[in-house]
Amino acid sequence: MTTRIVELRRGILKKNDELAAGLRERFTSAGVLVLNLVSSPGTGKTAFLERTLRELRARGARVAALVGDLETDNDARRLAASGAPVRQINTHGICHLDAEMVTKHLEGWEGVSLGDLKLLFIENVGNLVCPSSYDLGERIRVALLSVTEGEDKPLKYPGLFNSADAAVITKIDLAVPCGFERDLALKNINEIRPGIRIFETSAKTGAGMDAWLDYLTGEAGV
Amino acid sequence: MHELSIAASIVEAVTETAAAYPGARVKEVRLRVGELASIVEDSLAFCWELATDDTPLKGSALVIHVLPVVVHCGPCDLDSELDGVQSFRCPRCGEIAADLRQGRELEIESIELEDPKPREVPELAEGAATGDGAGESANLKEQA
Repeated sequence: MTTRIVELRRGILKKNDELAAGLRERFTSAGVLVLNLVSSPGTGKTAFLERTLRELRARGARVAALVGDLETDNDARRLAASGAPVRQINTHGICHLDAEMVTKHLEGWEGVSLGDLKLLFIENVGNLVCPSSYDLGERIRVALLSVTEGEDKPLKYPGLFNSADAAVITKIDLAVPCGFERDLALKNINEIRPGIRIFETSAKTGAGMDAWLDYLTGEAGV
Repeated sequence: MHELSIAASIVEAVTETAAAYPGARVKEVRLRVGELASIVEDSLAFCWELATDDTPLKGSALVIHVLPVVVHCGPCDLDSELDGVQSFRCPRCGEIAADLRQGRELEIESIELEDPKPREVPELAEGAATGDGAGESANLKEQA
């Protein structure tokens, strides 16, 4: 009986990482800024994205969105009201999007050519744990947190918040009734991801949206 | 709960590697998992049993080596392990340290194979890269 050790030193998600690297190259050469939006269910990603798409279109930017959910195309229908091309990705029970799903849904997307777009948003499945491991080829990963969720969310989900490039606090119109402690929330985000850009927004009133949109158009070179 | 997807990815990768050693049984699979990799050890161990059932890996052990977060502090010019993942500051000077040097790993480090009868070890020089990517190699160590 012989025992041998074979060293692999291989990323468990190597296949996803390779696909994501390929996507990132495609996005870069097409000149499209891709963002991956991640939050818990109920943070208000869809309302926030709906307003973002509408206002970016009003600024003349060509935008589109892929939206992930376990089931239903409700979110895609809501987002399509903005007038932007939107495609639903149903994961049928899988708790995150991966690079393969994104690749498949970019193919045969009627009326959408990456080269014509300036910004592409990928709204991930509502989940603050699993999406953090899966690179989708995005340039900017956005972690969202609503004032109704508690200021310690970044401390509870450091894996995701630490991997984000920007953070968005949503529903700030509800901050007072919820007793939201703004300074504490900002401090917690900064403890987990020092120096990250933070935007405080309300999709309902439009508060804080201009700073967010300026950031996007600046990054996308619109 | 993405541990089942992770377990399935491990099974796929290990099966691929083990195919080069016909007749050998995979006894143990060793992982390196960073503290920030968002993996729940118990959940992955549970999913490992599910994912290996009905495969040649059934009965193999999954050993998870958890790596603490290491940050680099510019002013101190020092890499330090963090005691937890609640604050990213240099333990020496207390300043914020966003430069992560370890903690996101999600890797298969090695597998241990049990061969019923000794056989010729395939020719593979120590350190020789067999994959296409840098840092990926299948080095062999034999234990009698």
